[in-house]
Amino acid sequence: MSTTETATETQGRIYDVAGQDWDELVKTVSESADERLVVNMGPQHPSTHGVLRLVLTLDGETVTEARTVIGYLHTGIEKNMEFRTWTQGVTFVTRMDYLAPIFNETAYCMGVEKLLGITDRIPDRAQAIRVLTMELTRISSHLVAIATFGMELGATTPMLFGFREREMVLDLMEYITGLRMNMAYVRPGGVSVDLPAGAVDKIGEFLKIMPGRIKEMRKLLDANPVYTRRTKDVAYLDLTGCMALGITGPMLRAAGLPWDLRKSQPYCGYETYEFDVPTQNTCDVYGRYLVRMAEMEESLKIIEQALDRLSGPLKGGPVMIEDKKIGWPSQLALGPDGLGNSPDHIAHIMGSSMEALIHHFKLVTEGFRVPAGQTYASVESPRGELGAHVVSDGGTRPYRVHFRDPSFTNLQAVPATCEGGMVADVISAVASIDPVMGGVDR
Amino acid sequence: MTTENLPGLPEEPVARKGMFGVKDSGDTSGYNRLVVRRPPKLSSSRPYGSYFDDVADALEPAFADAVERVVVDRGEITFHVRRERLTEVMRHLRDDAALRFELSLGVSGVHYPEETGAELHAVYHLCSITHNRRIRVEVSCPDADPHIPSTVQVYPTHDWHERETYDFFGIVFDGHPALTRIEMPDDWEGHPQRKDYPLGGIPVEYRGAEVPAPDRRRSYS
Repeated sequence: MSTTETATETQGRIYDVAGQDWDELVKTVSESADERLVVNMGPQHPSTHGVLRLVLTLDGETVTEARTVIGYLHTGIEKNMEFRTWTQGVTFVTRMDYLAPIFNETAYCMGVEKLLGITDRIPDRAQAIRVLTMELTRISSHLVAIATFGMELGATTPMLFGFREREMVLDLMEYITGLRMNMAYVRPGGVSVDLPAGAVDKIGEFLKIMPGRIKEMRKLLDANPVYTRRTKDVAYLDLTGCMALGITGPMLRAAGLPWDLRKSQPYCGYETYEFDVPTQNTCDVYGRYLVRMAEMEESLKIIEQALDRLSGPLKGGPVMIEDKKIGWPSQLALGPDGLGNSPDHIAHIMGSSMEALIHHFKLVTEGFRVPAGQTYASVESPRGELGAHVVSDGGTRPYRVHFRDPSFTNLQAVPATCEGGMVADVISAVASIDPVMGGVDR
Repeated sequence: MTTENLPGLPEEPVARKGMFGVKDSGDTSGYNRLVVRRPPKLSSSRPYGSYFDDVADALEPAFADAVERVVVDRGEITFHVRRERLTEVMRHLRDDAALRFELSLGVSGVHYPEETGAELHAVYHLCSITHNRRIRVEVSCPDADPHIPSTVQVYPTHDWHERETYDFFGIVFDGHPALTRIEMPDDWEGHPQRKDYPLGGIPVEYRGAEVPAPDRRRSYS
C-alpha cells in the first residue's frame, strides 16, 4: 500500500501507515515541505498502556504539542452500580483500576461503612487482612509499572522479571480470595472470607524470596547506563506543577513531598504499622522509579507486621462485622473452584431455621439500607489518592458513586511533561505516570 | 397522621409508596400506608466541632453571603456555596494562609431530580496539605439553566474533571478552556449519569428462564 496524499485545507497532507515499505514513507515525508507533523499514537499501541490515544504534534523530533484522548475503555461502571445493591457494588469497583483491585474495593467499602457509621466496628482481623492484601497488590502493581516500562524502552529482561514476580503475588491472591484479579474480596463490614489454612506460610515464603528479587531488579536497572540515560531528567514535573495538576502518589513523592495518606490520614489501622515514606527530589522518571522500588520494600515490611498480627494476637478473630443486619450471614470457606460456600450454614437455613432462611434471603437479594447522606473515603493506591464519593438516598442501592481515580488525574500531566521534549521521551513520560485505563475511563 | 402509638412523621415530601419498586398504585401490603419520605435537607449550626470551626471562621467573614448553608455529617463538613461566588470562594480557600487548600481532588456531579431549582450538583473535595484537613464544597444549579462557573483558573486539575461532569451531567462550566466530552464519543446525545437517562440493557436467557435487564428487575430500594 502506498501513501495516500490527500491534501485538504484543514488536515494538510495525510500519510497512511499501514504495512507499506517504510523507506518509501520516509522518502515521501522528507520530500514534503511541511515542518509540522501530527502523529496519532494509539489507542492501539503497545506503549500507551492500554487504550490511551496521544495526538503528538512534532517539529522534527521535538514534541510541540501533546494531546491526550481517553474514553476508549469507558464501561459505565458508576452508572451500573446505581442498579445493584451496596454489596454487589464491590464486584463493579474492583474492575476499575484492574491492576490494583483491592484498593478500589477498600475505598468503596470505607465509604459505605462511613455512611453506615460502622467504621469503628470493623474487626481488627478484617482490617489487618485488608492491609495485607492491599500491600501485596501494591507490590504487584508497581512490578507491572516497572516491567512494562522496561519493555517500552526496549528492555525485555525487566519485563520478564517483573511479570515473573507479579505471578507470585497473583498466586497468593488466588489462594486467599479465590481469584487472581477482580476478586471482590473486601466487602462492606469486613472481608468475604478468612485467610485459608496455609496462607500465612505461603506469604511467609513469599516474604523470604521477594527481597532478593527486588535486589535483582535493582541490580539490573539502578545504575544501568542505558536505563538512566532514558530516565534521568526526563519528564520533569516539580512540586508546584504536581499541586496545580492534582498529581498524587509516586509522582508527587518523586518531587520531594512525603505525602502518603497511610501516614498523613491513616485508615484501616495503618497508624499502627512501622514503615517509611520514600521520597526523591529529582522530579524525573528515574526518581519515580526509585520511589516505586523503595515502596515495594516498605510494603514488604508492612506485610511482615500484618502477618505477625494475623498469626498471633488476631488469630481466629472474626473477619466480618458482628451485625446481623449488615454482615453476610455465613462464614464462607473457599472451595476448589474458588467460590465460597458453607455447608454448616446451608444445613442451618435449609434444615432447622425458617427465620434464618428469611433473613439470609432478605439480606442477599434485597440488601441492607444505608442512611441518606454523602461521604468521601480515600486510600493511597499505588498511583496516588484513590477517592470514592459515595452518595445514598437511604435505599438499598447506591444513589451515586464517583471514583476519583489517580490515573485519570495524573494523566493530565502528559502535556506538561512531554511538550518541548523528544518524541522518544513521551514513552518514558507516559510510563512513569503509570496510568491504568480501566481506572481512567471507568 | 399522628396517634399515640405512632410517632409523627417528619414533614418531608413522599419519595414513594409501597414496596418492591412497583410503579402503579400497587402496594403489596394492601393497606396503602407504606410511605417512604425523602431524607430531610440537613443544615448544621455552630459549633461544628473538630477543625471545622477554624475553617468556617476563616471563610465566613468575607463570604457570609456566599455560603448558603453548612452541613456537618459523618465527620465531614460541606459548604454549600452560591454558584455566582464559587470562583472567589475557591480562590480564597486555596490562597488564605489559614485555609490553604492546595490540593483539589476534582469534581463529582450528582443529579437530584426532585430538588426543584437545584437539580444538578457539582461537588468539590479539597485537601489542605499544610494543615492536613479536608472539606467539601457543593454548588447547585437548576436543570433549566445548567451553568456553573469554571474553576480551572484556580485549580488546573479541574480541567478534565469538569469535562467529565459536563459529559455525564450536562453541567456547563462557564469559562472552561475547552469544554468537550471526555468519556463519551463527541457526537453522543444525552448525559448518561443523569437519573432520567436509562441504563439500558437486554434480557438474558439463563437455564431456560429470562433474566430481565438490570434496570427492569424488581427493585427493593
